[in-house]
Amino acid sequence: MAIVAAVIAALCIFCSVFAPWVSPHNPFDLATLNLSDARLPPAWLEGGSRTYLLGTDDQGRDILSALFYGARISLFVGLASVLVSMTVGVGLGLLSGFVGGKTDAFIMRVCDVMLSFPSILIALLIDGVARAMFPNAHDELAFGVLIVAISLGGWVQYARTVRGSTLVERNKEYVQAARVIGVSPYRIMVKHVLPNVMGPVLVLATIQVAAAILTEATLSFLGVGVPPTSPSLGTLIRVGNDFLFSGEWWITIFPGAMLVLIALSVNLLGDWLRDALNPRLR
Amino acid sequence: MTPLVQVRDLSKTFDVSAPWLNRVVERKPRQFVHAVDGVSFSIERGKTLALVGESGCGKSTVARLLVGLYQPTRGDVQFDGQPTDAAQNAAGVRTLRRRMQMIFQDPYASLNPRWKVLDIVGEPLREHGLVNMSSAPAGARGADALKAKVGELLLSVGLAAADVEKFPHQFSGGQRQRISIARALATQPEFLVCDEPTSALDVSVQAQVLNIMKDLQRSRGLTYLFISHNLAVVRHVADQVGVMYLGRLVELSDKAELFGHPRHPYTRMLLDAIPDIHMSGRSRTPVQGEVPNPLNPPTGCAFHPRCPHANARCSQERPVLTVFQGVQVACHAVQEGRI
Amino acid sequence: MAAPLLEVKNLRVEFPTRHGTLLALDDISFDIAPGEILGVVGESGAGKSLTGAAIIGLLEPPGRIAGGEIRLAGQRIDNLPYEQMRKIRGRQIGAIFQDPLTSLNPLYTIGRQLTETILTHLPVSAEEARQRAVRLLQETGIPAAEQRIEQYPHQFSGGMRQRVVIALALAAEPKLLVADEPTTALDVSIQAQIISLLKRLCKEHGAAVMLVTHDMGVIAETCDRVAVLYAGRVAEIGPVGDVIHRPSHPYTTGLMGSIPAMDEDRERLLQIDGSMPRLNAIPKGCAFNPRCPQVMPRCREERPELFNAGPTRAACWLVNESKVNA
Repeated sequence: MAIVAAVIAALCIFCSVFAPWVSPHNPFDLATLNLSDARLPPAWLEGGSRTYLLGTDDQGRDILSALFYGARISLFVGLASVLVSMTVGVGLGLLSGFVGGKTDAFIMRVCDVMLSFPSILIALLIDGVARAMFPNAHDELAFGVLIVAISLGGWVQYARTVRGSTLVERNKEYVQAARVIGVSPYRIMVKHVLPNVMGPVLVLATIQVAAAILTEATLSFLGVGVPPTSPSLGTLIRVGNDFLFSGEWWITIFPGAMLVLIALSVNLLGDWLRDALNPRLR
Repeated sequence: MTPLVQVRDLSKTFDVSAPWLNRVVERKPRQFVHAVDGVSFSIERGKTLALVGESGCGKSTVARLLVGLYQPTRGDVQFDGQPTDAAQNAAGVRTLRRRMQMIFQDPYASLNPRWKVLDIVGEPLREHGLVNMSSAPAGARGADALKAKVGELLLSVGLAAADVEKFPHQFSGGQRQRISIARALATQPEFLVCDEPTSALDVSVQAQVLNIMKDLQRSRGLTYLFISHNLAVVRHVADQVGVMYLGRLVELSDKAELFGHPRHPYTRMLLDAIPDIHMSGRSRTPVQGEVPNPLNPPTGCAFHPRCPHANARCSQERPVLTVFQGVQVACHAVQEGRI
Repeated sequence: MAAPLLEVKNLRVEFPTRHGTLLALDDISFDIAPGEILGVVGESGAGKSLTGAAIIGLLEPPGRIAGGEIRLAGQRIDNLPYEQMRKIRGRQIGAIFQDPLTSLNPLYTIGRQLTETILTHLPVSAEEARQRAVRLLQETGIPAAEQRIEQYPHQFSGGMRQRVVIALALAAEPKLLVADEPTTALDVSIQAQIISLLKRLCKEHGAAVMLVTHDMGVIAETCDRVAVLYAGRVAEIGPVGDVIHRPSHPYTTGLMGSIPAMDEDRERLLQIDGSMPRLNAIPKGCAFNPRCPQVMPRCREERPELFNAGPTRAACWLVNESKVNA
């Protein structure tokens, strides 16, 4: 089961990363588009053509290629935001658990406050603020803003989890032994405690990648995500939604399926990763 | 000749009060635990002092105070004539750290499960710069030197040099404890604090570890502070024995005196309570009561509620550890000659 | 000779795992007479707790009894369905475990737990059950039993809780008590109290005891006979004085020698090199042969049975040889 998932995940990710080389067409190169090829159904249905395996959308863009390019964007945003929230969350969680006292209390209260906001709302807020602050440069900054917006909602989970694990590890005797040797608290935190609390973090990270991708998809669906020039899977789903009732279901369903597939595979990958990194199971 | 370790009036109080909000709302008073209360002793070079007592007596806290894991609330610790308190001796504390090390009770928690043995035992060497890591050609020579030194340390505790590449979970409890000992010996310390090092081990493994510890003491002139609740083990390893009860030292004497002629009623009770494998048929006084709650210690002598010899003075006045017939005892009845 | 209360014959317990089946108990046999206290001693991994669990019928799956039989008062109990075993547990067999913290349900008063046990197994009224419960608590030395019976487990100290657990185990008047490390988690002075309590109560109630522990001192104080386990097999079994002072099996000798004594000073403790083999690496022949100072070629090939060695029985070819040569 895990192997099948890994293979599928690897395939998806490979295709997405190497989209420009793997895709049969470049759907965003306006010069290659042919309006007469618009709204073609998938190849196995009547009216379809082998050139466009999964059909085309209303502008004549090949759905399969759009999937790969879109997944690329989605994955990029997903991974980047998880990296940011992981760094911030794990760092703050470690600090909180290790130092304790007022620092701990402060950070935990911040966490509590952040948790009372839904993450989509936070993302919308950040996006709105960014638009107001940088009305002209919006397109370039859009990715940055998006990543910040998504990670802001996600770091709290890491902080909480890591803080709990840190509290447990801090009292273990190998940490005390390091203190007796005279190792600096910073070094103990990073070299001793951190490797031992990362297990749950990795699993959390993979779940969060999936969640981030979905959040990004939601935001793009709502129109406040990635700029329309580089559509992600969410954008594709939104665009395709309009055509659902006119019978051209492939424009929205395939991007949806791809999204689910990627999210699922990333989750399974995470499970495998955590076991692979555990020295006890080597 | 100054003793290597001198402890005077050492005390540690922990604040275990409920959080501020709870205290205000429920009107609870602040609560303190006097984990260690005015303990004084000294250890001669090359000797072993054992601290015994039941749970909650403070012996582990004393161990941690000595190596600097806790800061004392009162009193001081002197190592080789110098204070170990960082406030008084900032420059010297780091060197002092090298000269004293600690071995812990739980062989499963005292080694970082994600580190290789090479890194675990090599950490003190790296930290104190005891292996020349910067000799050219840089990395390789230094890394080899470290590996060689760690291999040597492992051999000295009866493990194989090839074990450097393994992880802790590949070893048994007894072997892990030996790795801990190798790590403690890395900086060539003079003083080792051992907190129940064999309590978590099987009897036959315990014998192996105790033998190694004795051998090392002989060959390297080590001084030990040995914490244990097992009087038979203490009898085997110690030169001097201190008995603790609720944070206070109640008796301190040579091993032979303590086991042959225990003075304090609590010591007698402890010795009587040990199940005797050799069934020598000693007469035993029945044991009464349990260790009181440290949050609410008895007034006067902490042992008086359980003591068959307690009188009015015992419940009011706390006895001081004084010399009596060559041993140190904190008991009114003994000092008054009643027992 | 009265018929034995508990007979364990050729008991085998195995654990199927991904890498093959592990044999945790290999052909264990012993008896317990009514009212007798048998100690089962061994180091970690020897299988003593498993033996207790198998007898009570609380083996954790996937562990299962793969062979042999267990008889209580002549009746087989190892192959009973769950419901019947449940009735026997408590009524005929009582159990005490190591950790008094987790042996009692923290959500119910001890009075409720006691009366529940009594009512389940004995045909008495609720009022009488309560009176019995109070009497039991008094017998186990809990002061002010009438008031304390309404308290919760967390209001008792560790030693007190273990007394409650003993009361609970004896509540339904079982004939056999299985105690798994009952004093290991307690302080030395409390240990002594609990040991003497156990002895006294069992004699008064006429219950036999199977005491599982790694502490030889406790065995010496409490038991009539003792079985020494090694790597899932019985190494030696016999009256406690003989096993401790005149052991026949080299493992028992090594074990006794490695315990520091209270009455003599020794420079070095006797040590047995190496460690107990893991379940998936038990040597051929006698399980102890790689560590035995008196190993013979035969020991590496054939597994010895329990041979008579005077008052004890030991699973050792040396014992057999000396008998043959005598």
